[in-house]
Amino acid sequence: MTSPTVTPPKPDRDPSTTAFAAIDKGATPRFARIRGSLQQLLAFASLILIVLVFSLASPHFFTTNNLVSILTAATVTGILALGTTFVIITGGIDLSIGTGMVLSGVMAGVFLTYLGWPLWAGVLATILFGGLIGLINGVNISVLGIPPFIATLGMMLIAAGLSLVISGTKPIYFKDHPDFQSIMNLSIIPGIRFPLGVAIFIVMIVVAAVLLSKTILGRYTFSIGSNEAATALSGVNVRRWKIIIYTLAGLFVGLAGVLSASRLSSAQPTGGMGLELEAIAAVVIGGTSLQGGKGSIVGTVIGALIMAVLTNGLRIISVPQEWQSVAVGVVILVAVYLDMLRRRRA
Amino acid sequence: MTSAETSVPLLDLRGVSKGFPGVQALDDVHLELHRGEVLALVGENGAGKSTLMKLLAGIYIPDAGSFRLNGREIVIEGPKHAQELGISIIHQEFNLMPDLTVAQNIYIGREQRAAGFFLDERSLNRRARKLFEGLGLALDPTERVEQLTVAKQQMVEIAKALSFDAKVLIMDEPTAALNDAEVDVLFELIGRFKRPDTGVIYISHRMEELTRISDRITVLRDGRNAGTRITAETDQREVISLMVGREISGEQRPVPRAIDGEPVLAVSGLSTRSLLRDVSFEVHAGEILGFAGLMGAGRTEVARAIVGADPRESGEIRMHGRPVSIGNPAEASRHGIGYLSEDRKHLGVLLERSVRENIVLSALRDYTSTLGFVNDTRIEATGRDYIEKLRIKTPSSAQLVRNLSGGNQQKVVIAKWLAKDCDVLIFDEPTRGIDVGAKEEIYALLKGLAEQGKAIVMISSELPEVLRLSDRIAVMAEGRLTAILDNADATQENLMDYATRFSSEGTIA
Repeated sequence: MTSPTVTPPKPDRDPSTTAFAAIDKGATPRFARIRGSLQQLLAFASLILIVLVFSLASPHFFTTNNLVSILTAATVTGILALGTTFVIITGGIDLSIGTGMVLSGVMAGVFLTYLGWPLWAGVLATILFGGLIGLINGVNISVLGIPPFIATLGMMLIAAGLSLVISGTKPIYFKDHPDFQSIMNLSIIPGIRFPLGVAIFIVMIVVAAVLLSKTILGRYTFSIGSNEAATALSGVNVRRWKIIIYTLAGLFVGLAGVLSASRLSSAQPTGGMGLELEAIAAVVIGGTSLQGGKGSIVGTVIGALIMAVLTNGLRIISVPQEWQSVAVGVVILVAVYLDMLRRRRA
Repeated sequence: MTSAETSVPLLDLRGVSKGFPGVQALDDVHLELHRGEVLALVGENGAGKSTLMKLLAGIYIPDAGSFRLNGREIVIEGPKHAQELGISIIHQEFNLMPDLTVAQNIYIGREQRAAGFFLDERSLNRRARKLFEGLGLALDPTERVEQLTVAKQQMVEIAKALSFDAKVLIMDEPTAALNDAEVDVLFELIGRFKRPDTGVIYISHRMEELTRISDRITVLRDGRNAGTRITAETDQREVISLMVGREISGEQRPVPRAIDGEPVLAVSGLSTRSLLRDVSFEVHAGEILGFAGLMGAGRTEVARAIVGADPRESGEIRMHGRPVSIGNPAEASRHGIGYLSEDRKHLGVLLERSVRENIVLSALRDYTSTLGFVNDTRIEATGRDYIEKLRIKTPSSAQLVRNLSGGNQQKVVIAKWLAKDCDVLIFDEPTRGIDVGAKEEIYALLKGLAEQGKAIVMISSELPEVLRLSDRIAVMAEGRLTAILDNADATQENLMDYATRFSSEGTIA
């Protein structure tokens, strides 16, 4: 056969051994890794900067009590954000976590007050109930093929409605279980008011971080978000793993339901709407991409803390509440824009 | 060859059929892969190659036919099962996870685990390193795939396919993104993979590669066998005629003709910050000006700078003798310059919209009433008109462009610019990814457009194509024009010579 296409002249070297060694001198893995940790350092640095600014602006900000109350405020949203980080890394979204949390809280009331279950059983059942919400989301998305946005939007409304139906629109009080409120509020360090809930949050951070970076679950979370079709072609049961990931997010929702009900010593059947967006905002500020494939637990925690510090700090320096929301909105836009700039340069 | 022929084939497909609603993709196809051979599988787009591949990958289930591996009847149940059977496939689109590392990609779904749930990253990397040593590949297992060049990503794909201990390796256009040196490495890998108990099915459009790499060539046409030839006993013309079902004439040149009058488009002193240096040329009505050059010489950049897709540093553009200021592609098209991008799928068509919508997209204003209502009846008429004129193969003008073949998608792009009635059309790689038969139609179209008085600029990496169509040929190297030749003075050799006239300054790294 004769070849009609003239191919460009070859560089004067032995291609078999040197071609691929010589191709990209650009991004070495070490450099990439340094850049990766630098990114998180930057997010962390901006958190520190915000803390510094508020500390200078008000003497009431940087006190042990206030720092603990920031952590306390970050706990519930933070736990929701941890679970939803997994979902977002797969390229999905979960809008049902806010009202799902409220419904879980109501179910805690059902288990503990209406049914009179022992504390441990009620708490466990509540967490599992959250998992059930996630499982249904996962099945709807993965088996029925409903897009995540729609599937979880539907679940968001269902959960909001069921909370009202089941509770009869009235708060449920944990009158048989005075201990229930200590799950969130019990002070575990003598001298300062360091609540058990914050310790649970910290433990969950570690659990989520290990799950995401050290286990097969985390690997497939990134893999699905990075290229779902290719992951499936590689023989990974993507459907099953997506169900598992949404269920995991649901378990975090259930736990958040326990903690928020515990904090208020009652299951409030209203609210929760909007909380999912706060959690998603924390994830996004933390550098997790809504396109999937990229993200970290550390980033999400920093994101949740930035949100909590802002809300707290603005209140302390007496910025009216209506402006606080504006400030948080601006922070989200700036954070995501900076993240895009960074990636574009990378 | 003789021993292979007498023994049982490694892979033996008989009477394979597969239909989709409205299309019989494969019809009673036979395919034999012998031990120790590279079998080239060729055919025009839509001939059934990728359907056959997907059957072997376990993605589709055949309607009829038997598959035998080493003489044993097999039923491929899914991608994982195919791998377990020893059939590894490198798909045309990359199937990598850009956010994962090289090793994580290769062993996805087969991770080294400690205690069932936890990953053992270190032994994963060790395993990958060993694999690369065995294959002689310079890859770092811990590097993230998105950091790699396209060529290296291709190597990761191949390493992944080989890591399955495959007996049958199927490659779909594996060299599409590789340069020559990289192709050499790939072929060396294939050579090393070829053993008495393995075989390779190699799908490619590039005829010259088949001679180098394949032992036999099986041709598909319209979902049927069109013939199998031993590579050493055939030539390119025979293979192409099997593919298209007719003989294709050899090298043709346009008849030299006098092109006179004012140039339609005149570019002078065009420079950009990144690459172009002082590029000047003219195109006349009725003329095809070809742009030749190596990859990265700046041909696409010239087009993009002219239409304002990239910023210009200096330079003047005149249309019909009058200087025009063009800041973006919309202004360019208002001045009558249309640019048909090389990246058809991303920049040329809306895959999810209908043929007629695509055709009128740039000219939509002409189909809109003063109140902003779109006149669908006229759009339908225009759509039908161009489908007929350009012979676009589609069941109706409402068909989604996604469902058209590459050649027909390209025709839709051309129709779009014709509907806009531009005086200058810049075609960037108009036949890339288009099969041989459809290429001929595109060539005829370009010539027809020139004869109608359009001024045509055609950028192409295939010298035979440039020589065949262009009245004059501009050659670029390193962002400069190194020659503008009349077709009669141009040969593949002197074009290549001008294309490699690198300046001593070396403006690009």
